[in-house]
Parts: sequence; structure tokens; C-alpha cells
Amino acid sequence: MPITINGVDHALDVDPRTSLLDFLRRDAGLTGTKKGCDHGQCGACTVLLNGQRINSCLTLAVMHDGDSVTTIEGLGTPDAPHPLQAAFVRHDGYQCGYCTPGQICSAKAMLDEIAAGWTSYVSDDVAGTPVLTGEEIRERMSGNVCRCGAYSNIVAAIAEVAGAQA
Amino acid sequence: MTRLYTMDKPDERNRLDAMAQGIIGRPLDRPDGSAKTSGVAPYAAEYVVPDCAEGVLVLSTISRGEVVEIESAPVLAMPGVLAVIADPRMITRSAQGGAGKSPVREIQKVDYYGQPVALVVAETFEQARDAATRLRIAYRADDPARVPLAQEDGHASHESYGEPVQRGNLDAAMRDAAHAVDVTYTTEGHASAAMEPHASIAEWDGNTLTAHSSLQMLKYNQKELADALGLKPEQVRLIAPYVGGGFGSKLGISAELAAAAVAAIELARPVQVVMSRQQVFQCVMRRSETRQRIRLAADAEGRLSGFGHEAWVSNLPGEKFAEPVTQASEFLYRGEHRTLRIDLARIHRMTAGSVRAPGEAVGMQCLEAAMDELAITSGIDPVALRLRNIPEEHPSQGLPYSSRRLAECLKVGADRFGWDGTDRRPCQRREGEWWIGTGMATACRVHNLNEAQAKVTLSSDGTAVVESDMTDIGTGTYAILGQIAGEMLGLPPEKVLVQLGDTRYPPGSGSGGSWGAASTGSAVFVACEAIREQLAEQLGIEETDLTLKDGEAIAGNRRIPFTQLLTADISETGHFKNGGIDEKFAIAMYGAFFVEVGVNAYTGETRVRRMTGAFGLGRALNEKTATSQCLGGMVWGIGSALTEELVFDPRDGHLVNHDLAEYHVPVNLDVPALEVVLVDERDAAGSPLQAKGVGELGICGAAGAIANAVHHACGVRVRSFPITPDKLLEDLPDA
Amino acid sequence: MKPFDYQRAHGLGEAHQLLVADRARPIAGGTNLLDLMKLEVETPSALVDLNRLPLGGIEPRGEGLHIGALVSNSACAADPRIRSQYPVLARAILAGATFQLRNKATTGGNLCQRTRCYYFYDLAQACNKRAPGTGCAAVGGFNRIHAILGASDACIATYPGDMAVALSALDAAVEILDAKGDKRHVPVRDFHRLPGDTPERDNVLEPGDVITGVVLPAPVGGTQLYRKVRDRASYAFALVSVAAVVHLEDGVIARARLAFGGLAHKPWHDPRVEQLLEGQAPSDALFDEAAILLLDQARGQGSNDFKIPLTRRTLKAVLREATGGTL
Repeated sequence: MPITINGVDHALDVDPRTSLLDFLRRDAGLTGTKKGCDHGQCGACTVLLNGQRINSCLTLAVMHDGDSVTTIEGLGTPDAPHPLQAAFVRHDGYQCGYCTPGQICSAKAMLDEIAAGWTSYVSDDVAGTPVLTGEEIRERMSGNVCRCGAYSNIVAAIAEVAGAQA
Repeated sequence: MTRLYTMDKPDERNRLDAMAQGIIGRPLDRPDGSAKTSGVAPYAAEYVVPDCAEGVLVLSTISRGEVVEIESAPVLAMPGVLAVIADPRMITRSAQGGAGKSPVREIQKVDYYGQPVALVVAETFEQARDAATRLRIAYRADDPARVPLAQEDGHASHESYGEPVQRGNLDAAMRDAAHAVDVTYTTEGHASAAMEPHASIAEWDGNTLTAHSSLQMLKYNQKELADALGLKPEQVRLIAPYVGGGFGSKLGISAELAAAAVAAIELARPVQVVMSRQQVFQCVMRRSETRQRIRLAADAEGRLSGFGHEAWVSNLPGEKFAEPVTQASEFLYRGEHRTLRIDLARIHRMTAGSVRAPGEAVGMQCLEAAMDELAITSGIDPVALRLRNIPEEHPSQGLPYSSRRLAECLKVGADRFGWDGTDRRPCQRREGEWWIGTGMATACRVHNLNEAQAKVTLSSDGTAVVESDMTDIGTGTYAILGQIAGEMLGLPPEKVLVQLGDTRYPPGSGSGGSWGAASTGSAVFVACEAIREQLAEQLGIEETDLTLKDGEAIAGNRRIPFTQLLTADISETGHFKNGGIDEKFAIAMYGAFFVEVGVNAYTGETRVRRMTGAFGLGRALNEKTATSQCLGGMVWGIGSALTEELVFDPRDGHLVNHDLAEYHVPVNLDVPALEVVLVDERDAAGSPLQAKGVGELGICGAAGAIANAVHHACGVRVRSFPITPDKLLEDLPDA
Repeated sequence: MKPFDYQRAHGLGEAHQLLVADRARPIAGGTNLLDLMKLEVETPSALVDLNRLPLGGIEPRGEGLHIGALVSNSACAADPRIRSQYPVLARAILAGATFQLRNKATTGGNLCQRTRCYYFYDLAQACNKRAPGTGCAAVGGFNRIHAILGASDACIATYPGDMAVALSALDAAVEILDAKGDKRHVPVRDFHRLPGDTPERDNVLEPGDVITGVVLPAPVGGTQLYRKVRDRASYAFALVSVAAVVHLEDGVIARARLAFGGLAHKPWHDPRVEQLLEGQAPSDALFDEAAILLLDQARGQGSNDFKIPLTRRTLKAVLREATGGTL
């Protein structure tokens, strides 16, 4: 079975060692997903796998036949941006831009996780319903390192889209 | 035509404020924003180059010695492996910023653990990485016990760096002082850790080497690579329209570029080399660790009579750079009895070079912590202490200051933060398990200018194009150059296309030393002035009587669209040079940090709860991107204060924490909603734009404010950065 | 990464067959294994992909729960039963790594997470865990994150995970199916090993074994806490962590279960400390006594000496909080 990336099927005829990240960047030609560390330590490679955010560097492409992957290119385009993409521009939620696709994919999934009621380590009541405070956004976005230090603006951009108070 | 502007005196004309378009300084979105947020902006390793082979560097596992043999044969027999290359044209260190010539290239001689010694090239990345991992190299290693691996090592040689400042008698001033502080602080090495690892794709057509690479200063990088390869600079073309962060680590070329180029030449096919994150840590650039003795002698009112700042730093043998720790100490505070000096130890660790705000980043954080100690000793509000010590003139050179908004920043920042400096006794406020405290510090960074050229073309269709080999490393260069051109030429920003990052364009300043905006921006400004003169001449008026707005020239009661006025494109190249303005004025950016931290009473974990920075950095060319630069610097301050530390194994000199799991840059939860206040300023000596540098100021002193807040919170003065829980626990009150 | 045969197990029987091969390794989430394979710290000849096995789902088991080995860390922490009845487990999982990693990391795989010792990760350094017999470069090196309890001359590495620390405090068991098809249950406390002379073995798994799940006993209630001390606010491994399940009845500690991360080659559990606390009224003096007992064999390696006072202080904070004291 092929892997579906942004709605398009791709054959998985690759060296089994190929990470999903390298498959996206080299074989599928989708370089919006970034390689920042290749070891799950920065989050630049974050994509949505069947709707959930993962580090695409730490999984093999061959493990994902039949799976559906959404990358930054699948979220929106310069002409038709996703609301998060537009908010990141308005709030200057990036500088060099290299972590940005991962941040935005991560933020997209995060909002879905909140909607699904997932709590986090900073939630007061782990059994309760999470409230999207600034602190919650910061914890939930901590898997995406931004060395330029755009965190305050990233949180503001996400909060605006989520209708939350940062 | 090229128009030269030499900055040898303040430019009091303040032309930008007199323009009509009204976009300069406005917080406009970046024109490159949608490309970045949608993932279509191409970074170095993201070009489709047919038939491109993949190279992986191999690093040394000794600190000093020689490569005796590279056992290539077994690796060459592996599937897909094309070559094992150890070529004298390959570089073993990164070039220092602005070097303009090749760094050390003796590939068989090892000077530090992690030095590149070979490149393995294969058809695919997986093949190359596996082969590189398995490549056996035989070394003749010097006895590690005899290799100086740290400053304190008895084998290390020491030299004085730069011109020490020695005025008056500091010892006597210390003896006579009403209040005196004599303290020694240390900082550990830092890594730039830009998110995009160093990456290059090289192509060779038999005459020209073309490379996509992640670099900050192309005009120097072109010469560096040409020198390494034995080519003429014009035989090297470098392309870097998007750079995934630099922070100093991409000022000069690094090993992967030269290696990719050599491989492309040797194999006659394109070769891509991307450093692994671990390799970036091991072989690119470090900020030197520092030891700093600070002596402050003050009278009863806290006015400084004596000021001493002595620093010990390190670098590899042969490197010209030494962390200029005392750079801002030269002129920031008063004190007629002054001793400033830097001692450079030669040790075998990776190259020490510029990391965001070389000098002030670590110099200011220690100085400002020491100033806090003086404030406590003297019982003076730390803000008042600083206000009392703003000198009238440069304390050792006697120069006048150009515009300096330090006092305003201190006052505005204190006001916005809600600073109360009356009670600096520690352990006064407790919320649950957290000790809460506040601290502040001055921000200061010298202003630098660099030669720059930019070409501006105004077209008859009412659009303009700006071209320079200048880079945008996240700084907002695309935005601000467009705003300068738009303001000067009367065009809305969407009518100005800015093209950067290609050595085919005129040589800009490059991104470094916070000089990019003021220098390349001034080149754009100069080109635009020349274009305006041509338009004025065409209209038969003085250039100063010409108003350009929304694509129209307005002269008296005439209003003519460019589309009618221009029969052909007008191109001008602006050439901006520093003509010694910095020898006539002490020019710098200033600011103030105010911080509230919580220190966990049980565990010693420190969290920054609030942080305000007020900055006077000349004209902000784009309020939004300038603010972002300041925010980023403050985040670096948090890292420098609390988490960042390169750890070297004292036995063999290897970098122990060479990845992002164990070298702790701040993550989102480490950073509260930061507040930045830009204090309005025009500095005529800063540039014809009245702008100064922005990118580094936000870090310069920030960590000191955090250290001071930690002390105020829990009473523990940690004089060795970073302030990790283990250091606080030693003296933290029982919980 | 060395070449390997990629094999997908379609059933448990096939998984066992594939896994008994020399140097075959199972892969589920892959978040730790692939990290190590890229560095060639791990060099399996075959990867057996378990992801399509029917090992998902959290189901009632007796009065407790059975967590399938392939249940992701995220799914486990998001499960309403885990969150309400075993909150220490949910909290511990949420303290570890990031949402991205937890979405991939599995219950079985996370139990098998290997140490973060810098020297283990670096092929050029001596490491008995990675290359038995080569020595331990962490001894005498930089060992800030290393063990203060239960270490040996051969290895001072720590187990880096959070989930297993909470499972230890919850008296959970690992369900293992061996190559012969026999199922056994190993208490989480006994699953990880101390290094001794064979630090290459992290746990008690034998070749061909497949973790099929984790069994949680009936919910015990009480106050359940997980506190993790680390160098930055998030996305960092524990310097010290404490999982606590404490019952207070009539002003007396009726039951206490404590487990510690970051201290040893395994989640550290010391029944003596629990016995000391049980039946006693909470007091700072008691907590100090508990800490002294916990750490009576503790030995620092230099850079990690601070873990001894840090553990003492952290335990005090946890016990105060768990017994309703003022922080």
C-alpha cells in the first residue's frame, strides 16, 4: 500500500533505513518539513500522522504504508494559508523560519488535542478538562525548539487562533 | 552608477522622517513570511539538484595528533560508496567572521577533538552516514595529559589580547572606596545551535563552483572558499536566500562547504553535505568559557571611582579571535581608575568565535551581576546606582557619546515593569513552594558598521527591486530593506522586491555584529537618494523639494506617476562605508532589563515569571521585526542564565553534551510572555538612517538581571553561570 | 544506520519467530531505537515491526486495567480511567518527552527505553553497556545525570524514563509472552535490572520475548503525585523524579508507595522507606528520617553529588504535599 501525503499517494519503494523525514524531503520533494537534529530533540520535523503530531525523523518511512501524513504544505499555501500560518505572519511568530513549519503543524495538532480533552503536565487537574491558558500553550509547544527565541509571538499567534488568553 | 557614502560624521539630515510614504518603522509583516510559514522557502539543502551525491563528514576522536592512516578500502567496498576524501583543500575549522580567507586546512593534523578529518561520499545519505560511521582512522595521538584542554591546564600558554586599559590606580581606589566589590564570575561555553544545521550543496562546471549554503556573510565566504579551493573569488558563486539562523556560527564558511566543493570537483558531480546536529556542536564554533574578575570602587553615594574588568578566555592555537568580554566595560560606567584586560589561553578545544553578541553577551551579564552586588553592599536602588554612573564622556578615550538613551530605558523599563528597588533584602516573598524575587540590569552593545553595497532599480512600471548579497538570517532584512526603499522612493512595500543572498548581487555587509540593517540599509538608502536626484533633475527641481508617494512624483503642483515619468529603468548602486565615525563618537545601543523569577525552595529550579526589556537602538526600521530581535535576545539571556553550558571531558577534551537533548536551549515553557519597549531614538552617528544595531542588544546583560533576581528571591549569589539547581542547592535555605 | 532486514510481524507467533534470530530487534514507536540506530549504538540485523499486532487498547483486567503494549504514551495519559484512577501514571507520562514523542512512543517500548548516558551514546567512548568489557568512561568523567544508588564499577547509568517510575509506585506488572508462547508477569519493580557486571542488559527480557502489556492492579486511590526535577521547564530528562501514592487515615500514613527516577539503573523502590512511613503521623522529622534511610547507601560520582541533597529535598516536598502539609 502506498503512503498518502497531503492527499497524494506515494509508493514506498525506498531503503528501509529511510526516515519518514528524509522520505518527505527527498523522495516526495516536500522540504517544508525540516531536519533540525534528526534525533527527536528539536521538533522541526513535526508532521501530522493520521492527524496526530509526531517527529518524522524518528520513524521509518516503510512503517507507514496505508498511513496518511499531512505536512506544512498540506495545511495551507502562501495564497491560501491556514489560519495558523496567517497568524504566525501577523504576530511575527518566527524569525529565521526553519522551525516554523514544525511549530505550525504542532500547533494544529495541539488545538485538536485540547479539543479532545487531553491534559498536560501543567494542567491543575490531570483528570479535568483542559483550559487553554498561556501556560498550557507553552508546555504543549515545548517540543518545538525555536533558537531565534520567537516563543512569545508563537504563543500569541496560537492564542489568537484558539481564542485563548496568552 | 555607484554612489559612495562615507560615514565620517553624524548625518543630521534625518531624511527618512522627511519622506512621505510613511512606512519606515511601521510594524509591517515580513514579505518572506508566507513562504516561511507555508514551507516553500528553500534553505540550503532544499534544492533539487539532479545526480547529487551525499557526503558525510568524519570527525576526529583525539584532541591533538596526526592522522596516520585512513582505512578507506572496507568502506569503499560498501554499497553506493563513491569516495573517501581527505584533501588539503578541505578546511578543519570554521572561518572567523570577516576572515575573507581560508581557515586552517591541514586535514591530517588534529588540533581538537571533533575536527573534520575526512568526507565519505555515497549515492545516498543512508549509505554515506553508515560508511562514515564505520570508517576506521588510525591516529598518532599526543598524550592527552600533555595537551592543554582547559584554561586552568598548566600546559596552556597565555597571551594578552588587544590593548589593555590601565588608568590611574585601581588598587588604591579599591582601598579608599566607601563601597567596594571584588568578585570573580565564570561563564561556560555556549553553542549557537541555529536550527538549520550547516549544510551545502556544491556543483562544479569545470570553471565555477556554485554552492547553496547556509551562511551569514557571502562576500567574505566567497573569498574564504575560493582561497581554500585555490580558485579566484569570481569562480565561486554562493546562494543563500534563506538561512535557518546563524548567531555567529555561519559568519565564516564551515567544513561541510569546503568538503562538498572538493568532492564535487573530484567526482565531477554535485555533492550535498549536511552536518549532523552533533557535528555542528563539535566542529563549528563555540563561545569561549570565561572567568571574569570585576572590581568596583564607589563613594558613599555609589559613584564609581574605580572600575576593573579582567577576563580570561580561550581559543585554539592560531586563531585571531578572543571573546572581547570587556567591550562595553570600556565606556558604559564611570570610574577614573580603570583596569581592563583580556587574557587568552591557547587550548585544544574547537574554534572559539563569535556567538550572538560576542563580548557583551557574557561580559555584561557578569558586570551587571557585580553591579547588583555593589547596589546591595551600598544599599542603593540598583536603578539609581546605574543612573548615577552614566559618564559624561568616554572614560578612557575622552570621546563624546552619540545618542544614548540609557537613562530613559532604565526609567521606562522600571515603570513598565513596576520596579521597586527600595528593599533588596532576599527571601522576602514566598508563594507556595517558590521564592519570588526581582532583578534588573543594564543592556549595552557597541554599534558596528560594515562596508556594504546594494543596487536599487526603479522601473517604469512603478516597481522597484533591491539587490544585495546581504542575508536575512531571521533578522527581518527582507522587510526593512523594502521599507527603506519604499520610503525613499514613495512606493508601498508590495511594490518593492528585495532579492538577497546571492554573490551575483552587489556585496552587502553580511549579517553579523548587528550591523546588517544599518550598513546594508544605508547602501539601499544611498542608492535611493541617487535615484531621487535623477528624478528631480528630470523634473527640474531640487532633490530636497521632491516628494515621492504611492508611485507618484510630486513637485509643486505637479503630480506624475512613475509610469509616465520613467521612460527607462533607473538603476543605482549605493556603496556605504564607515569613515571612522566610531573614532569620533562612542556609539552604542543601550537598554534595561527587569525580571521576576521564582526559585523553587525545595529543588532550586528557577523559572522566569516576567521579563521586560526597554531598548534604545536608534530608529527601529520595522517595529515588529526589531521587537522580535529583542525578544530573541532575551530568550538567549534566559538560556545563558539558567541552562546553557558546553561541557568538555577534562580527560580527552571531547564535548560531552553535543546534542539538543543535553545542551539545553530554552524551550517554550522556559519563557514567559516577554515585554519589549522600544524607546524612541534617532542616532545621527549610527547611520544615515539614524538606526543602530538591534539583533544582539537583547542578550547583553539579560542573564545578569536573572541572576540578580535569583539572589533577591532566595539569597543565593551564584557566581558561576548557568545557575543550575545543583549550584543553588549548596546555599539554598532549608525548605 | 547499518542496513537491516525490515520485517513486519502479522501475528504474535510470527513475531516470536522473527525475534529469536540473532540481533533481531522489535520496533514499535521507534523513538529511542531509531535514535540509537542512527548513531550505530544499536545495530540490529533485523527490525521486527510489531505495530500491526493486536496489542492496542486499554481493557479492564480483574479489578484493574490491562494496557496493551502498543498503546501510545499519549493514549494512555489521555484515557479517562488512567487519569481519574491512576493519576500518578498520567502525570508521569505527561512529564516525559513531548506530545510528538508521546504520540509515537508505546507502553512496551517506553519500558525498554535505554539510558541517556552521554558515553553510552558516543561510539568513541568506553561503555560496558554498549560494548561489554570496554570500561565505563562515565566513571571519572562528567556524570551529572548518573546514578547515586545501585550503580556498579561497570556502569553508573540511569534509567531515564518517567512512566515506569509511576508504574513501580502503582505495583504494576509487565506482561510478557515468551518464544514458547508462555505468558509471565514480572512486577515493574523487577523488570529493570541493576547493572552489576552485565550492564548491557537493561531488563529481564530474554530473546524472543514480546511485551504484550502492562497490568495495573485495582485502583487504590489516595493522593497520587509525580514530581520531576529537571534543568529546564519541559522537554528534559529528570535529574530526580518521585512518584508517590499516599493514603492518610485519621492523621496517620496508612499506606505509602514511593518510586524514584533519575537515581539508578532502574526506577528505584525501597520498601524500607515505605515501612518507615506507614503507621506514622506525618511530620518533617519523619520525612527527614525517610530521606536518610532512602539515601543511606547513596554515593555520588562527582558531578552528580548534588542529587543526594536534591533527592532529600524533593522527597520532603512530595511527602509534605501528599500529606496535606504546607509547601
